[in-house]
Amino acid sequence: MNYEPPRGSPIADARAPALAAQGGCKGAIRIANVVKIYGSEGAGVRAVDDCTFHVPAGKITVVVGPSGCGKTTLLNAIAGFHSITSGTIHLDDALLCGPGRPKADPGPDRIVVFQNGALFPWKTIVENVAFGPIVQGRLSRKAAFEKARMMLAETGLHNLETNYPGEISSGMRRRVEIARALMNDPKVLLLDEPYRALDSLTKSVMHEALLETFDRNRVTIFFITHDLEEAIFLGHHVVIMTTRPCRPKKILTVDIPHPRDYSVLTAKRFREYLDETVEAVHEEALKAFAAGERER
Amino acid sequence: MNVALAQGPTAVLAKPERGPGRLESSAYRMAQWLRSPRPYLMLIGFALFLGFWYLTVEVWKLPRFSQMPGPTAVITEWINPDPIYGLSLYSPEYYQHIWVSTRRVLIAFLLATATGVPLGLLLGWSLRFKEYVFPVFELLRPIPPLAWVPLAIIMFHGSETPIIFLTFLASFYATTLNTMLGVESIDVSFVRAAYCLGAKRRQVFWHVIVPGAMPFIFTGLQISVGVAWFSLVAGEMVSGQYGLGYLINTSYTMVQYPTMVIGMITLGIVGYVTSAAVRVLGNYLMQWRARELAMGAEA
Repeated sequence: MNYEPPRGSPIADARAPALAAQGGCKGAIRIANVVKIYGSEGAGVRAVDDCTFHVPAGKITVVVGPSGCGKTTLLNAIAGFHSITSGTIHLDDALLCGPGRPKADPGPDRIVVFQNGALFPWKTIVENVAFGPIVQGRLSRKAAFEKARMMLAETGLHNLETNYPGEISSGMRRRVEIARALMNDPKVLLLDEPYRALDSLTKSVMHEALLETFDRNRVTIFFITHDLEEAIFLGHHVVIMTTRPCRPKKILTVDIPHPRDYSVLTAKRFREYLDETVEAVHEEALKAFAAGERER
Repeated sequence: MNVALAQGPTAVLAKPERGPGRLESSAYRMAQWLRSPRPYLMLIGFALFLGFWYLTVEVWKLPRFSQMPGPTAVITEWINPDPIYGLSLYSPEYYQHIWVSTRRVLIAFLLATATGVPLGLLLGWSLRFKEYVFPVFELLRPIPPLAWVPLAIIMFHGSETPIIFLTFLASFYATTLNTMLGVESIDVSFVRAAYCLGAKRRQVFWHVIVPGAMPFIFTGLQISVGVAWFSLVAGEMVSGQYGLGYLINTSYTMVQYPTMVIGMITLGIVGYVTSAAVRVLGNYLMQWRARELAMGAEA
């Protein structure tokens, strides 16, 4: 448990003074000594404990941990849905939450893509995608719809514009949701196990689509999953979490160049990364199992 | 590869157009319906019901039903241009009864909707407001409309307003409660997503809370119309000079039993029509839901 971060790893970066945004990219998140206790102090459940790591700008950072380990709590704190008990979270140089400000304000610089999807079922696909700029008053209705149509065309979804979310497949819905997020030029995309409910074939298509989107936009991605293969395939950095309370156990830098495609999965290097980490993940899974953590 | 990948799954699921026009599709649905066994099963159901009524009253003459008019008596009276008890399809009075009752129900229903929907939205949206109001609401709700009759007569003058008030009560409870449950049923992810995308609290209310509660609201409105007819009859039996409830009650006291049954059947038909109208309006306003359900039925 006494893991010493090697120099130059994300965990060490977090302790270093504020980093300049790398290569013009914005959206570095510094999580420092974050603690989250649910319920009252003392009797409460410690979900996150002294959690420190760094999500570099313009990179994909994947957080892996057993179900119910507290990774979603962390994401909710960044997004501004939940307060934290102590510690600080910075986005670039701005304080999101910390002492005197337990809860961040949700906003279009950090957009969440939810586990079960959150496209508004009562709005058509194009209305969903245009929603952000319209409510923010950033674009006129007409301009927002135009941009939304372009956005959808870019992802090959243009012929679904007038459909309602209930009429398209769940894989499509996830892609529309990511397009809806990117409409707002966010600094960070927060993805909370977005592909969990998909079958493995659809999942592989979604992974490549996500990487393609990333290559086009270079937005910082904070991705939560419990699937180690998914983590290594997608991430520049993989942060393996301990089970409750949640804290980084091992941080891995995946040195496989982007853009990646599915041939990576059979590469020797990929297998080595898996071998290197599978034990750590399995150990935590066993602990979580023993603690009787329910599937969430 | 990328292009193929991007197009691949889309092409499979693509629905290039918005589908046929509304008129065409309803004509198509009608034809489908006639081709399915459903309308014929429905007819058989009605035939069985009438047959049972006919047998028990007119053929077997069971003691329990000895006072009850049989279907032949009711139907001949109903379509008689010169009715024995003075009321049939040919008497203008019949339509006056229907109109007066329908008007009362409509007024009460609209009042209940105009007050119940906003109240329900507020109850679901603001926890503080709910803490003030909901306990009182829950205490008043179990009091049946009939128990309100004396108070309604004392409070309101004339015969029209007390009846409308009584009709309003039950509708109001149904609408408010369903609207509140509708707001509470909304997945918190939708609210969070809206905030994430930069919506203000007021925008979340109009873009998420109101449409999100809509399916429950319309379920509530359908119940509301149904219970409006319920309590209307209670009100009309107590006071008033017109209305189907009044008709049923006076025919009973004047031993005009076929007329009484005509009133009951009419009540059933008119009640069904109003509740179907609410359902049609709901489907029209919630295209997304209708289409989603249609997808589910096809899959």
